[in-house]
Parts: sequence; structure tokens; C-alpha cells
Amino acid sequence: MDTQTLITGLAGVLFAAAPIVFAVLGETFSERAGVINLSMNGSILLSAMGGFAVAYSTENIFLGFLAGVLIGAFVALIVAFASITLKQSQVAVGFVLTLVCRDLSYFLGNPFMGLPGPRLPSLPIPLLSKIPVIGPLLFNADLMTYFSYLLIFLAWAWIYRTRPGLMLQGIGERPAAAFVRGANVNLMRYVYTVLGGGFIGLAGATYSLSVKAGWNGTISGLDGIGWIALSITIFGGWNPLRAAFGAYLFALLQWLGLVLQPSLPGIPSQVLQVAPFPLMILTLLFVNIGNAEWVERTLAAMPESTRRVLARLLRALRASPPAALGVPFESE
Amino acid sequence: MVRSNRWVNLGFQLAALVLALLFTTLILLAAGAPPFDAYANILRGAFGSMINFTDVLAAWVPLLLTTAGLLITFAAGLWNIGVEGQIMLGAIFTTWVLRELQDTSMPPALIITLGILAGMIGGALWAMLAGALKTFGGVNEIFGGLGLNFVATALTLWLIFGPWKRPGVASMSGTVPFDDKLALPAFTGLRLSPWALGIAMIAIVIVYLLLQGTYFGLRLKAVGKNPKAAFLLGIPTWQYMMFSFVLCGLFAGAAGAMQVVAVYHRLIPSISSGYGYLGLMVAMLINYQALWAAPIAFFYAALNIGSIQLPIVLHLDSSLSGVLQGMLVLFVLLVEGARQRLMKKA
Repeated sequence: MDTQTLITGLAGVLFAAAPIVFAVLGETFSERAGVINLSMNGSILLSAMGGFAVAYSTENIFLGFLAGVLIGAFVALIVAFASITLKQSQVAVGFVLTLVCRDLSYFLGNPFMGLPGPRLPSLPIPLLSKIPVIGPLLFNADLMTYFSYLLIFLAWAWIYRTRPGLMLQGIGERPAAAFVRGANVNLMRYVYTVLGGGFIGLAGATYSLSVKAGWNGTISGLDGIGWIALSITIFGGWNPLRAAFGAYLFALLQWLGLVLQPSLPGIPSQVLQVAPFPLMILTLLFVNIGNAEWVERTLAAMPESTRRVLARLLRALRASPPAALGVPFESE
Repeated sequence: MVRSNRWVNLGFQLAALVLALLFTTLILLAAGAPPFDAYANILRGAFGSMINFTDVLAAWVPLLLTTAGLLITFAAGLWNIGVEGQIMLGAIFTTWVLRELQDTSMPPALIITLGILAGMIGGALWAMLAGALKTFGGVNEIFGGLGLNFVATALTLWLIFGPWKRPGVASMSGTVPFDDKLALPAFTGLRLSPWALGIAMIAIVIVYLLLQGTYFGLRLKAVGKNPKAAFLLGIPTWQYMMFSFVLCGLFAGAAGAMQVVAVYHRLIPSISSGYGYLGLMVAMLINYQALWAAPIAFFYAALNIGSIQLPIVLHLDSSLSGVLQGMLVLFVLLVEGARQRLMKKA
């Protein structure tokens, strides 16, 4: 593989990772505030279908993106209403919504199957795209890819460098303390869940209007992306930078799978397509195993030098969820 | 207040049903389809003839088996989303045993029995994997189970396109169908086996008795309600969780086995037919009460079979049944939340 193909390939990885970055950052915001939006897998499908349908019917691609964002935000609003106001199980509501949204997208998307539709044009940035190596790698993509770079930075800065971001950490970790400090915990949870849902919807629209332009129902290959994004959120330890790293790592592995396929003729293509899922289990295992009691006991029995190296490794990998994740909050 | 509670509850549940139907009707109108025609077609597709009705019962069998298993994991407070993969592994193990034994001189009844038992073991092993990831690896059973579902799909496809492919060309239509003598005996001219029906009914009775009438069931529910308190009471918590995974896997594996020996007579790529996720919805809808599993699972099976008509007659996607099934659960959850809120204020 020569340098040129490699750069094009890696640029393709950054391009394909954009919707995953949106989805993972959206979920990170939602979970930081204490709400698990488990509807993500269906929500992405429905907003992909809705975004494409609107863009196709109105011939306006930005209305398509807007529709995607609104659909994602609306689904998230149902999750927020059911769990915050009605105090129902977040897992139950999210899981049902995942299935309903998936079936809705297949049912309503039937007339739009396989139609040639609008596609976000590529938009090389003048001057910057002319820089050798970096130019074609980073600045020869479309608007959504650039937005994904920007959003990673903004999300990180918001959570770790602003006052409202500090409050956001508070309502996910110790809502009672945040409440005493004057935060309207439940309102903030609504806001962040709906905002996160908007990003998840943007992810769907980015698929159907850019990365995998068009709507192809069950064979569009989007079913499952949401679950991957949910586990990348855990892998990312609810930190936007680490989460984005996970999204890029996933896109890179997917690309490698495609590149390596011709040299592995013995493996049917269907098997390589699901390769991300065992990897997902493994990463979750690495991230979580440091929390297990038996690991601590085993470590304690080891010689000092080995123990220290292993403990440091596990601590670096480990991620702990916001303490109040999934727990309803009542002020009295 | 106390006396009228039962009627009030029933009223709220009816409201949820009406809301779900209303929403689905709106969706149909949005798609430009005639709602009453669509519902009539679903009804006709499910109950229009003896063949249709027995097809509903044939779909009821694996769904009821899966729901029965899930009631055990739900009792232990576990979200066994991996049940879908457990059904697939059950089907794979059954197919494997049938393939190995079909050319021997063993009596077919014995081969079928061994096949079903193997399927149950296959489902249990796959469930154990999700349980081990949870107990020893700290991986939430939802994510571990989901990952394992996709792995099970890949395994099924690999077997169909690889080692077990049809002579000549491998295809999405599955492995070579087994000889008729390796099928569970069915009613003449119908696709329904009385044996399968019997197994499903026995399964739900066993689960009902296990959860309602045994000390084990009581302790399992204690683990589900409050694992810390249960542990302090001396219940070996993780062992109970692990055991509930295994039990659920046995039932899910039996469902997979039924798909092979009573429905498809071979391994196909979509062998689980989504009964795992459907079973989760049934369990949620009946609020995890085993008593209601049979009628509600029957209703959901009827929707599934009835909607097969939709693409043929009205050119609508059959996923409409999924929309109605899901909306029903969603509205039951929302209405229940609203009821609790209103009752608390009153």
C-alpha cells in the first residue's frame, strides 16, 4: 500500500467515524446527566430514514439534517419524560423505543427504499487542504466531518472547563449536592438528554445523507451501530476525548477489516462484518474487570513488582460510570 | 379507593391499549394506508383459516418458551437481552446433533429427543457466557448479551456458508432440510406439532410453580429486588444469578430446538425469528407475572403471523406488527407511570 492510498484510506476512516462521534458524544452528555438513553440503536435508524425522507421530498439537504436532529431529540424526550417525570425504568423504556423506532423506520421508510437522493457535497477547505499529508487527511471532507472535529473539542471544553459543565458533572455524580448548590437537577437532565438525543439524530442523518447516502431498510447496515456506540460510550469513560478515540479506533478497525478481507478468503464476509462485536465485549471486559472483587484478591496475592504493574494497567483502562447514572432524583 | 383500585387499574391498562392502537392508526394514515383494511388483514391473517390459526400456535410455542425463561432472569433482576443468541445456539446444537445422528440406525424419536436436549444445553452454555461476563468480568449483561447475539448470528451464518453448506451452492435459505422422520410429528396437513405445544405449556407451568411456589423462587426474587440485602440474609447472590441465566438458557435453547425440529427442519440465518426480543416485550407487558404469559404471548404471536399478509395484500411492510407490539409496551409503561403519579397526588 503506497502513501497516497493510505492517506485516502485514513481520511475515509475520519469521514466514516463522524456519525459515531456524534452518537457517542450525545450519549456521553445524556449519561453524564444521569440518564441512559438506550433507544440509540433505533433512534439512529429512524432519524436516518426521516432525514433522508425529508431531504428527498423537499430537495433541501439541510432540512433533512434538521429533521434527523428533531427526531433524535424527540425520542430522547420520551426517554426523559418516562424516566424523570414518570419514574419508569430507563432500561425498559429505552429498550422498547429501540425496537419501536427500528420497526417504524422500516415501515415508514418502505417507499424511500433505494431511491437516489441528495448527498452532502464534499467541501475541501481552501489553502488548508493543500498542505501535504495533513491537507488531504483532515481538510478534504464534508461539513459534518469538520463539525465532528469541532464537537469533540467543544464537548470536552464544556464538561471540563465551564461552570455549567461542572454542574453537569455534579448532577450525574451527586445530584443532591448539585441541588443544594442551586441546580434544577431534573430540568438539567431533560436538557442534556434532549440535547444528546439531537446529536444521536444528527448521527442518523449523517449516515443517510453522507456516509452511507440513501435509505436501504434492513440492508442499510445501520442496525447495530447504536449498540456499538453505547459500548464506546462506556469505553470512553464518559470523557469526550477518550470517547472520540474509541469512535476512531472502531472506524479504523472496520476499515482494516475491509482492507484485509481479500487476503483472508477463508472467512465469509458476514463473519468479518460482525467482528466489531466480540471486540466490543473484550474492550468492555478490559474497562470493567478492574472493578471486580476477585481481581483485587488475585492481585493482592501477587509479588509486589508484578502487582504494581498490573494494577497501574488496570487503573489506566478502568472507567467508572457517573455515580447517579440511572437513579431517579427527588428533591424532598 | 382501595375497593375500586382493581377497576381503576384495568381502566388505565385499557387506556394504554387504546393509545397504542390510536398511534398505530396515525402511522398507517401517515403512510397513506387504509387503517381498517390493515387491521382486518392482520385478523384474517391470524384467524382466517385453520392453517393460519395453527401457524399462530406454532409461533406461540417458541415465544412462550422464551418468555418462560426470561421470567426467571427478570425475577433475579437481570436484563437477559442475550436471549436472542441463546435461541440461536439452541438451534445450532440441535442441528448439530441431528446432522451427526441422522445416518445412524438410532430410532428417530431418540434422535429428536437428544437433539432437543442438546439445544437446551447449547442455550444454557451461551447464557452462562453472558452470566460469567457479568459476574467475573463486570460487563453489564445488556452489553455482554448484545455482543454475544451478534456473535451467535455470525456463527450461524458461518455454519450455513461454511462447514454445513448445501452441496453445490451455499445460500441464505439455510442448510439441507432434514428427513421428514426427524421432525416432531405434526397434525396432518398442518404445520403445528402437538408435542411442541405440550412442551411449551409444561414449560410455563414449571416456571409459574418455580417462581410462585418454591423457596428457590422466593430467594431468587429477593436477589432481584435487593441483591445486597439478599446477600446479607445469606443467599449466595452471584450463584443465584448465574443459575437463573442457566435456567433461562435452557428454555431459550428449547425454543431454538423447536424452531429446528418443529418449524424449519433445518438451520436458517434468521432461525431465532426475533422471538428473544419479542419475549422481552411480552415479559415487560405482563409486568413479569407468569400467569399472564400464555395469553399475551398468544396475542403477540397472532400479530406476527397476521402481519405476514400485509406486504402481499396492501403492499405495506410487515414491520407494522412490531410497531404495534412495541407501542403497546411503551404506553403501558407510560400509563403506569402516570397512574402512580396521579394516585400519589390524590
